[in-house]
Amino acid sequence: MAAGNKLRIDIGIVMLLIVLGLFAVLEFLIVSGVINPYVHTILCYAGIVVISALGLNLIYGYTGQFSLGHAAFYGIGGYTAALVTRSIAAKGLWVLPVGVLAGALTAGVIALLIGLPILRLKSDYLGIATLGFGMIVNVLFKNSDKLIKAMGGAAGMRGIERLTTFPWVFIFCLGAVIVLRNLVFSGVGRALISIREDELAAEAVGVNATSYKTLGFVIGCMFAGVAGGLYAHLYTYLNPDNFDFLKSIDVLLIVVIGGLGSISGTIIAGAGWAFLLEGLRVILPSAVQEWRMVVYPLVLIVVMLFRSGGIMGGSEFNFLKPQEYRRR
Amino acid sequence: MTYFLQQLINGLQLGFVYALIALGYTMVYGIVRLINFAHGDVFMVGAYLGFFALASWRLPLPVAIIIAMVGCAALGVFIERVAYKPLRRAPRISSLITAIGVSLFLEYFTSLKFVFGPYFRAYPRPFAIRTYNLSGITVSNIQIIVFGVAILLMVALTLFVNRTKTGMAMRAVSFDRDAAALMGINVDNIISVTFGIGAALAGAGGVLYGIAYPQINPFMGIMPGLKAFVAAVLGGIGIIPGAMLGAVIMGIVEKLTEVYISSTLRDAAAFAILIVVLLVRPTGILGKREQEKV
Repeated sequence: MAAGNKLRIDIGIVMLLIVLGLFAVLEFLIVSGVINPYVHTILCYAGIVVISALGLNLIYGYTGQFSLGHAAFYGIGGYTAALVTRSIAAKGLWVLPVGVLAGALTAGVIALLIGLPILRLKSDYLGIATLGFGMIVNVLFKNSDKLIKAMGGAAGMRGIERLTTFPWVFIFCLGAVIVLRNLVFSGVGRALISIREDELAAEAVGVNATSYKTLGFVIGCMFAGVAGGLYAHLYTYLNPDNFDFLKSIDVLLIVVIGGLGSISGTIIAGAGWAFLLEGLRVILPSAVQEWRMVVYPLVLIVVMLFRSGGIMGGSEFNFLKPQEYRRR
Repeated sequence: MTYFLQQLINGLQLGFVYALIALGYTMVYGIVRLINFAHGDVFMVGAYLGFFALASWRLPLPVAIIIAMVGCAALGVFIERVAYKPLRRAPRISSLITAIGVSLFLEYFTSLKFVFGPYFRAYPRPFAIRTYNLSGITVSNIQIIVFGVAILLMVALTLFVNRTKTGMAMRAVSFDRDAAALMGINVDNIISVTFGIGAALAGAGGVLYGIAYPQINPFMGIMPGLKAFVAAVLGGIGIIPGAMLGAVIMGIVEKLTEVYISSTLRDAAAFAILIVVLLVRPTGILGKREQEKV
């Protein structure tokens, strides 16, 4: 294999310029007021959704570990980040990344602790166990005020500073894409994919399945933690209901609709999902507002019936692949 | 001690309702390996059908249960034909996503104003509540009805699966679909029958749930559905006695946690038991360990 085992960052100069150009245009539109605050919030939310979904794609799409507990880590990241930034009295640009990274680390540590025993389970059983874990964490969030008053329990956590802005979301999102891309096209990525395809065969050729599965799970959950931290500082309010079982399902839907094992697909589906749900809210007249959540599952069913592999299948846009994988 | 026994009976009541839902999950999983997320919402539709039969048409309870069962069976078969059958050869995850889609659709469509409406409704009770005192433990006639109907249906199901030709065909398909097809079994029909029976049981469960915990709304199916599913996994998914055992355990654990520890922790306790059991026995209590083929 010519690709070697090193992690390399070669996103490509042209690509980098296009991405920066896109960022500059969007940021200009926001600053100049063409994009109103509502759309700005959706834009940030879309980025957050993408980060979280990329994490689940690493766990499920690339490693094949069926997880229905992603929202738990999203919530853990959110609450941790909010608690950390709240305890920092000083102001400054560095406050948000410190909080977000603290959230990511906490999510990662808990993922490690829960992953070591639970990842021994296979397919649907793993899904159920992670679902159960998500439920337990949700109940803990609802009772959190008994331990830490500021977390607010079932009433939710209020008074988080609004620190998340488009540039921050963009930076974290870009970072997530770069990390994931370089991970999955490295030797580690091939090990993960081999586990997805056939764990027993992977073991037979010397892949230590347990440690790779745990690694994938921890990194994926850290992505969820990052997303949670950004979310907390975007909406300035955290409610346990925002991290329940249905939120885990949302992320799963995005990953599968986008295409398992496809970064491009996750970006399209994640952004599309945020804009579809919020967009329908704007477009539909208020009389048919309640049809929004009737249309959405129908879209879901139709997409699955006609494109059961997801939008992108397992493929990528050319620019996201390393040189030697590219089509000419 | 009597207090404990009393709570045990209350837990059993909840467990039997879960069992009726769990049977549908376990049968469908056993035959097509699909976590049918829409099953909890079929249960909800059953509760509403019973509601209309009792409240609007003033029918007696047994008729209401039968209406709910027939209606849900039709709904179950319809869902299977429209949403799952075309995906039989697709990756398993696509059927799962479709099931989630169907689930969301049922919840939000039925909560539209011209269908069931988004609000809570009080469930009618077609009879006066009476309680019987058995040396300190009280049993209500509602509990007797729940136990009676649930046990009757479970016995009927067991006889059906073990004694009839269709039941034998179901077992054959769940054991090896391709071999069953070679033996001349119409696999598609058997799968439809399985969905129909599972949905009918959930429908009956819905009516019993409505009578026992008298408040319904279009989203009522989510939690009992999830717990029934977890119960099926707990007992060993695909195994009919396992679903009953798992459901009864879930019901009792939940009730005892509520009474002795904290009502806010009751949901967490049920899922904690699940994780512990799965770590010790990865395929559930009655599940057989599958040999990995190399």
